Amino acid sequence: MALETSVIEEKLTDKFGDKVTGYIQLKDIFSFEVDSASMADVMGFLKQDPLLRFNFLTDVCGVHYPDNSIDRQFAVVYHMHNWYDNVRIRFKCFLNGEQPEIETATNHFLSANWQERETYDFYGIIFKGHPQLKRILNMDEMVSFPMRKEFPLEDGGRTDKDDRFFGRKPDNVNNN
Amino acid sequence: MSDLLLPPEHRYAKMIEQRQNEDGSELSILNLGPTHPATHGIFQNILLMDGERIVDGEGTVGYIHRAFEKIAENRPFYQITPLTDRMNYCSSPINNMGWWMTLEKVLDIEVPKRVQYLRVIVMELARIADHIICNSVLGVDTGALTGFLYVFQYREKIYEIYEEICGARLTTNMGRIGGFERDWSPATFKKINDFLEDFPKVWQEFENLLMRNRIFMDRTIDVGPISAEKAISYGFTGPNLRAAGIDYDVRVMQPYSSYEDFEFDIPVGKSGDTYDRFCVRSAEVWESLKIIKQAMDKLPEGPFHANVPDYYLPPKEDVYNNMEALIYHFKIVMGEIPVPKTEVYHAVEGGNGELGFYLITDGSRTPFRLHFRRPCFIYYQAFNDMVRGQMLSDAIATLSSLNVIAGELDA
Amino acid sequence: MSNSKDIKLVDAPPGVEGSGFFATQLDTVVGMARANSLWPLPFATSCCGIEFMATMASHYDVARFGSERMSFSPRQADMLLVMGTIAKKMAPILRQVYEQMAEPRWVIAVGACASSGGVFDTYSVLQGIDKVIPVDVYVPGCPPRPEQILDGIMRLQDIVRSESVRRRNSPEYQELMASYNIT
Repeated sequence: MALETSVIEEKLTDKFGDKVTGYIQLKDIFSFEVDSASMADVMGFLKQDPLLRFNFLTDVCGVHYPDNSIDRQFAVVYHMHNWYDNVRIRFKCFLNGEQPEIETATNHFLSANWQERETYDFYGIIFKGHPQLKRILNMDEMVSFPMRKEFPLEDGGRTDKDDRFFGRKPDNVNNN
Repeated sequence: MSDLLLPPEHRYAKMIEQRQNEDGSELSILNLGPTHPATHGIFQNILLMDGERIVDGEGTVGYIHRAFEKIAENRPFYQITPLTDRMNYCSSPINNMGWWMTLEKVLDIEVPKRVQYLRVIVMELARIADHIICNSVLGVDTGALTGFLYVFQYREKIYEIYEEICGARLTTNMGRIGGFERDWSPATFKKINDFLEDFPKVWQEFENLLMRNRIFMDRTIDVGPISAEKAISYGFTGPNLRAAGIDYDVRVMQPYSSYEDFEFDIPVGKSGDTYDRFCVRSAEVWESLKIIKQAMDKLPEGPFHANVPDYYLPPKEDVYNNMEALIYHFKIVMGEIPVPKTEVYHAVEGGNGELGFYLITDGSRTPFRLHFRRPCFIYYQAFNDMVRGQMLSDAIATLSSLNVIAGELDA
Repeated sequence: MSNSKDIKLVDAPPGVEGSGFFATQLDTVVGMARANSLWPLPFATSCCGIEFMATMASHYDVARFGSERMSFSPRQADMLLVMGTIAKKMAPILRQVYEQMAEPRWVIAVGACASSGGVFDTYSVLQGIDKVIPVDVYVPGCPPRPEQILDGIMRLQDIVRSESVRRRNSPEYQELMASYNIT
C-alpha cells in the first residue's frame, strides 16, 4: 500500500487540527471523526490533495444513535476511496439530535445528490446547500422519518393482518 | 423556495410557458413510466420534450421502496440473507455471498479454500445470468426479440444449477456463515460442465446476432454516452463505468474469496455509450466463463464450510439425537450468536457494480445499522444527464443498457 | 412446424349436435372463447416479474395458453398480472391501471408480496393488492416458479370459462366494485 494511514492522519492533523479526531483502524478501513461544520472542507481536501487523492465517494449514509448525548445523536457516514493507491477511508460527522444539519457534499461529488436525499428521507438530516432536498423513496406526504429508531417497522394503522395468527395482542379484532 | 423542490410537472409547466413567450417554441411534458413496458421495473421519468428531443427530465423513484434497511435492524443476521436476494434479483447469489463475507469479516472467520472457489463459481454464474438479462433485453428494446428468446433458455440452465445447489431458482438464499449448507452434488458439477460446454456457442451466436448488426449499432452507438470524469463523479461502478474506460473492478482492486488466484481480464470500453456498455457486458460473460473454468479445474478438496460451531448450523441428524447440537441449532436459529461490537464495510463486484454492505453491530442479535451501497441507486441519478438532448427512443435504449434493477434502486 | 397431430384443440362445450348445426348455451361458448384468449397485462414490479419473463420466454411459453400477446396497454387487456411488491406509493397507480381496463377484467396476484405483502411487513408496503383492487386468483410463492404462474393462469381460465355473461351486471358484482370505490 503506497499511501500509509499515518500519512493521512498527519496531513489531516496538520491542516485541520482538532476538527478531525478519533483516528482508528477498524478492520480493513481507516476511520476518523470530522467536526460537522468542516465536513465539506475536509472532503474537498481529501479529494484534491495531490498526495491523498480520494477521488471516489463510495457511499453516504446516516445513522441514528438515540442513546448518545443530544449533540451526537445523528451521524452521517462517508466512505471514500482512493483508486490510485487503492485505499479506503471512512469518516463520520456527528450531528445534533434536535437540529441535524450538515453541509452538502454535492459540490464535490455529483453522486452525493441522491444519497443525501435518501439520508434526508430516512433521518430528516438537513443538507445545507443541497440543490434539491426532498424525499426520494417515500411519499412526499409522509411526515415521519422512518429510519429513526423511535419509528416502528410496521405500519401502525394497518388492519389487514389478524393479530391472533401472529401471536400479537389482538387490538384490531373484535373477539367478544 | 427553489423551483427544483416543486413536483417536476409544475416546474416544467412554468418552463413551457416561459419558452413559449420567449421564442414561441412548443414544448410538451411526457410521462415515461411508472408502468411503461420498456422501463423494466417501476420508475417514473417526467420528460420535457421538444418534439422528439428531450430537453430535460426528472426521475422519481421509490415505487417499490420496501424498507430493507429498517427490516434489517429488526432481524437476526441469518434472516437478512433473504432480503439481499430481493435486492438485485437478477444475480442474487452475489448478494448472498457478499452478505456472508461481510459477516465473516465481522467475526474474523477464515473460510476454507474450497468454499471460496465454490463461491467464485456461483457468483460468476450469477454474473452471467445478470448480463444475459441485460443484454438480451437491450436487444428487445431495440427491436430484436430473437436473441432474448434464444439466450433465455440458457438462463434456465443457470437456474437449474442454482436449484441443485440450494433448491431455489431466483431468490436463492444460498449459503451460511462460513460456507454452504451442504456440499455440491456430483449432479451440480455435471450441470456446470454441460453449461460450460454448451453456452459459449450460444453466446457467440447471440453476439453475432447483435454486435455487428447494422440496425443495432445505429440504435446504440453514441446513445446515452457519459465521460469518464462524469461517471466517476456520479459514482458509477461496474460495467457502466468500465464502458466509459475506467478499469475499476472490486474483484481486482480488493480481491475477496480468492479472486486473486484466477487469470482474467477487465474489459473496458471507450466512449461510455450504450453500445460500449453492451460490449463490455458481453465480454464480461466470456471472462466469467474463463473464471468458472479455472475454478472448476483448480477446485481443491476439503470441507464445504468453516469449522465454526457457534455460527454454523449443526447437521440435522445431530440435532435430533444430540442435546448440544440441539441447543446450538436453537441458538443459531433464534439469532443468539456472539457478535463483537464493530463496524465493517465489505464490497463485492455485483452485476451492476460495487455492492457494499456497511454494517454496524452493537453486540446484540440484530445489526444496529445495515446500509447497502446499491450501485443502481447511485448511478441511476445520472440518467437524465445522459439523455438530455437525445431522442426519446434513445432514452429507452440508454435506460435498458444501464440495467437499473428496481429492487436494488429502491431498497 | 410442429406436427399437426400434437396440437391439442379445446373440447367443444356440451350441446346438441346434428347435421349442420350445434346448439349450446351462450355462456359456455363465450366462456370458452374468453378463457382461451386471455391477453395479459404484466404489471411487473420486482422479482416475480423476472420469473414472469421466464414464463413468457421460450422454455415455459405462456403463449400455449392463449396469452400470446402481452398487452402493455390496459385498454386492451383482459387479465392483470400483478407481480411483485406494491408499495404504498405505487398503489394509486395500480388502481388507475385497473380502472383503465375494460370489462370483463380479471386480476391475478402473483407472489407473496402482491397477495399479502409477503416478508415486507413494513411502513412502506401495501399489505396485499386486494386492499385496493379485487383479485380473482392468488399465486403463492416468493417468487412462484413459472409452473406456478402457469397454474394460476389455468385456474383463472377455469373461472373465466364458467363465468356467466351476466355476472358483470349483477348486483353482487356492483356491490363488490362499490366496496372498492370503483365505479
